Amino acid sequence: MGKTLFDKVWDKHVVRSIKDGPDVLFIDRHMVHEVTSPVAFRGLENRNLKVLFPKKTFATADHNTPTLNQHLPVKDPLSSKQLLALEKNAKKHKILYWGLGHKKNGIVHVIGPEHGITLPGTTIVCGDSHTSTHGAFGAIAFGIGTSEVEMVLSSQCVMQQKPKRMRIFIDGKLQKGVTPKDVALFIISKLSASGATGFFIEYSGEVFKDMSMEGRMTVCNLSIEMGARGGMIAPDEKTLEYIKDREFTPKGNAWKNAQKYWNSLYSDIDANFDKDISFDGSLIDPMITFGTNPGMGISISNKIPSSRDQSDNEKSYKRSLNYMNFNEGENMIGKKIDYVFLGSCTNGRIEDFRAFSKIVQGKKKADDVIAWLVPGSHKVRNSIKEEGLLDILNDAGFELREPGCSACLAMNEDKIPAGKYVISTSNRNFEGRQGPGSRTLLASPIAVAAAAITGKITDPRKYL
Amino acid sequence: MAYEKFNILKSTAVPLPIENIDTDQIIPARFLKATERLGFGDNLFRDWRYSSDNNLNENFVLNNCIYDGKILIAGKNFGSGSSREHAAWAIYDYGFRCVISSFFADIFKNNCLNIGVLPLKVTQEDLDYILELVFENPSLEITVDLMNQKLIIPDKEFQRFFEINSFKKNNLMNGLDDIDYLKNMKDEIINFSNKIPF
Repeated sequence: MGKTLFDKVWDKHVVRSIKDGPDVLFIDRHMVHEVTSPVAFRGLENRNLKVLFPKKTFATADHNTPTLNQHLPVKDPLSSKQLLALEKNAKKHKILYWGLGHKKNGIVHVIGPEHGITLPGTTIVCGDSHTSTHGAFGAIAFGIGTSEVEMVLSSQCVMQQKPKRMRIFIDGKLQKGVTPKDVALFIISKLSASGATGFFIEYSGEVFKDMSMEGRMTVCNLSIEMGARGGMIAPDEKTLEYIKDREFTPKGNAWKNAQKYWNSLYSDIDANFDKDISFDGSLIDPMITFGTNPGMGISISNKIPSSRDQSDNEKSYKRSLNYMNFNEGENMIGKKIDYVFLGSCTNGRIEDFRAFSKIVQGKKKADDVIAWLVPGSHKVRNSIKEEGLLDILNDAGFELREPGCSACLAMNEDKIPAGKYVISTSNRNFEGRQGPGSRTLLASPIAVAAAAITGKITDPRKYL
Repeated sequence: MAYEKFNILKSTAVPLPIENIDTDQIIPARFLKATERLGFGDNLFRDWRYSSDNNLNENFVLNNCIYDGKILIAGKNFGSGSSREHAAWAIYDYGFRCVISSFFADIFKNNCLNIGVLPLKVTQEDLDYILELVFENPSLEITVDLMNQKLIIPDKEFQRFFEINSFKKNNLMNGLDDIDYLKNMKDEIINFSNKIPF
């Protein structure tokens, strides 16, 4: 019996298997941010433990940072204290730290790949559920809680039950105007917000093969939104091309040796998956969500479905529509929006800004729309300037902020006001996720761009 | 962090039959700014417990004095979304020791097990039945016997076996966590690291 890609990487990292218990899994890369780490560092100190492998640990500040005036002291005292705690902890434990204002600073899942910290065939964890992003490179990457952050700091291992394997196979060519975000929202709408719980996903088929690395990151990023521990894609030439010559990528002989390992990373033909699902890529439309979990998504030109067709119970479904102030059977197209948000670890990379800029080029932002454009990192921000996208955006009435997680989780001051509608490239449309009382519609960067111009939900294919 | 050992829990329960309760509802992001694990229970389900002007929402179950106890019973897919362990801390700090649902999100489940909260999975049918019983009789006593992995409602002669892996069960019963185990593997881990290319 052959092995899956997931099994190959997992098995290579098992230090010890406990009978009727978890595996002790070795972690190659541990990414740390300011929000889920302070209690873990405190725990280390209480137990009198050290960071076992500081060189395998990377820290950045992203969740709780302002996106305007980053050169000034952080105003909120609690946020400031949290940022300072990470800075101190990193220094004390000799961990590389790219803090606020550092030229390599940005969202943890954007900067990992940018600097070659993310590599195929590695195990990567972070106290953040969207760690699944790094699976795009053929890594096993997943989010952990703070107790586990402390575990990895002190032992470079986590203790986890091996998940089941699911393959999502999508062949065919995507229609024009259908982006990786739409592919992911489509899958989640089919599987539901909990449909992949207990599984690790491998995405395969022509659609993912054709996708850019950035697109693959978007898809793997959203794996957690259907409950999966993570999602991964077998590395190919595109993967190696992307990582080559980056700061932390192996060089010279180390690169050649690594390549041998990387070339073995694919699911064998006779590998067994616990669940196999396939879709026809040519049938996917631009998507949008209408409810309060990412599984509540539909083709943008469809009507809000009836509660009878849902897997969730009727009460929960209606509660969700009530929060959004939507009704069954209504059209999504034409609904007025108040805010647009372009950014996050899902869609805050340069390709997303290129796609957005292309739609708004030569047009004007709708007057009554407030737009927050937040690059995923300084590197992305610099590319936006260098490629001339900033001029296009400014001419169309948009401004660019400084990098961070921003309104995706609204921990900083970037909060969508209660009752307002935001069309967002982020990953979660939960109640109040983007600010207490805010109402989120998840969509692709081009659907967000189209809405930014018209002030309402618009089929982005009109502007291609 | 040390937690109360889990052995036999006998308690009334608080019913919350909403599905897909994500960790942003359990504890909103704006309450994650602390650098210490203190006081998260005050903000458990904050935006459901309080209105936007900080008044108590009388309709929410935690504000309804007829329901009380160390067991929370919630709809399927409880704890989805963000990995924030603060959600599990808030549940523990509020006073819950066990959450019963028909389905838990993975990261949340692990977080609970690491801090002394038992996520107890039952079938959807049993969940609906237990919720019904609690709504009928809020003072109904429920027993969770971790040693024997049994969920018991003595008044109704209801008894169900539940799954938990023996390693985590042992941890919960002895107030241990995984770090206590991993500490003793240091040399083995360092040796192993030499075999790994990255």
